[in-house]
Amino acid sequence: MNLWRDIRGTIEPFWVTLRNMLRKPVTIQYPEEKRTPYPRYRARMVLTRDPGGEERCVACYLCSAACPVDCISMQAAEREDGRRYAAWFRINFSRCIFCGLCAEACPTLAIQMSPDYEICNRDPLKLVWEKEDLLIADGGKDKEYSFYAHAGIGVGQPRGAGAEESPVADIKSNLP
Amino acid sequence: MTPLLVTLVLILVKLALVFGVILTMAAYIVLAERKLLGRMQLRYGPNRVGPFGLMQPLADLIKMLTKEDVCPAHADKWLFMISPGLAAVTALLAFAVVPFGPPLTLFGQTVPMVVCDLNVGVLYFLGLSSLAVYGIALGGWASNSKYALLGAIRGLAQLISYELSMGLAVVPVILASRSFSLTDIVNAQASYPFAVTHPLAFLIFLVSVAAESKRIPFDIPEAENELVAGFHTEYSGMRFGLFFVGEYINMIILGSMTTVFFLGGWHGPLLPPVLWFLLKVMAVCFVFIWVRGTMPRLRYDQLMHFGWKFLVPVALVNVVITGAVMLWLKG
Ligand code: SF4
Ligand code: SF4
Repeated sequence: MNLWRDIRGTIEPFWVTLRNMLRKPVTIQYPEEKRTPYPRYRARMVLTRDPGGEERCVACYLCSAACPVDCISMQAAEREDGRRYAAWFRINFSRCIFCGLCAEACPTLAIQMSPDYEICNRDPLKLVWEKEDLLIADGGKDKEYSFYAHAGIGVGQPRGAGAEESPVADIKSNLP
Repeated sequence: MTPLLVTLVLILVKLALVFGVILTMAAYIVLAERKLLGRMQLRYGPNRVGPFGLMQPLADLIKMLTKEDVCPAHADKWLFMISPGLAAVTALLAFAVVPFGPPLTLFGQTVPMVVCDLNVGVLYFLGLSSLAVYGIALGGWASNSKYALLGAIRGLAQLISYELSMGLAVVPVILASRSFSLTDIVNAQASYPFAVTHPLAFLIFLVSVAAESKRIPFDIPEAENELVAGFHTEYSGMRFGLFFVGEYINMIILGSMTTVFFLGGWHGPLLPPVLWFLLKVMAVCFVFIWVRGTMPRLRYDQLMHFGWKFLVPVALVNVVITGAVMLWLKG
């Protein structure tokens, strides 16, 4: 009975390979045929804009700190009205491991992963992308979110003026 | 021109032809193998260079030739240099006795379709296939590396063991055709191939041939996962390429031998004889590739057990039975 099983186990695979040989290969021939990755696919990062069309990034360095391979660097700067932004922002994609920790760390949803995976280059220096290359004219995954609407610019925003905040109650008027 | 000169020129022309055909065939069998294995695994295999990837062998050749050729320190330089050649040449030499077709008549002269019709062709072939051991042994030994040496030793043991069953499997054929000449053996199969009358010998021969050409499931001399890369660990560039091509030349020669011994050589209806011969060799090569796509590698001890405890005794019994039956038929 074992011998029969062994013989069958020797013969059967031949039929499997022969059958597979006549089937159509599943290969995707890359440069000619491309797959559309899913929207949540994690390839290179982008810098997004808030609904008002302004840069979201506030140059808080959180992404840079979260990055395990230290490939993000930037210089913080401040506008007249006190709003922070990145004077320059640089990602070295030749080091990036596309782990997504930077996008995780970002409090303003500025840095996000995008499905654009075709960034290969023979020259590693061409893989260092500046802010101009990274910025897109879109809000990315959460188009409605605006950090400053919640936090206000600077510390001077009146209390209760942020989005989702209710106006400050006048406790005196609540007296019985 | 004297007849001697004519024969000499003819032999040279045939040599050149056989050489060219075999070498191109070996290169394209590599390609065919890659493609077929690819299809068995639901991928395409090489298809970038030229139409359908047909220029791939050329690209591989250029790559091999332009790679750095490293000779390890403390290696035996001379042996290290010549052993890949030995492996390829011993395989090539065996073609001298393979008959590709019935004698042709050209300009009123009969031209045998074999480089040299030895009357002890079988012995010549068996002797040469034993010589193939040298390429492996020296290759593994000369590179002064433990892994290469281990691979070589395992390869030697395997080749020698399966040589035995191969030789024994041929004996019934020789008994049946009453000749050591390959041409006579093919002629003896004019009505039906020996694979039909001696199926057991045919199977034993096929298995031994797979082992002789060091192919999966018998690729113990290479065994990448246990032995780095086997006996050619230290070889690079075209020297490795020679080992590699030698293996495929070996595959063609052993395929031709299977054709000659068991598949009726050039005999076949309709098509021209040489074409039949080629087709049969191709079919045997396809079976090898198919086996490679299907079977896992045997463990070393299982391989030796199978050779010595199963194939050799069965082949021996087969020889005795064949002899007895032939005596009985005659008497
Ligand atoms: S994806 Fe990971 S490695 Fe790449 S920049 Fe962001 S944190 Fe750094
Ligand atoms: S991208 Fe996000 S985390 Fe990085 S500096 Fe700008 S706001 Fe901070």
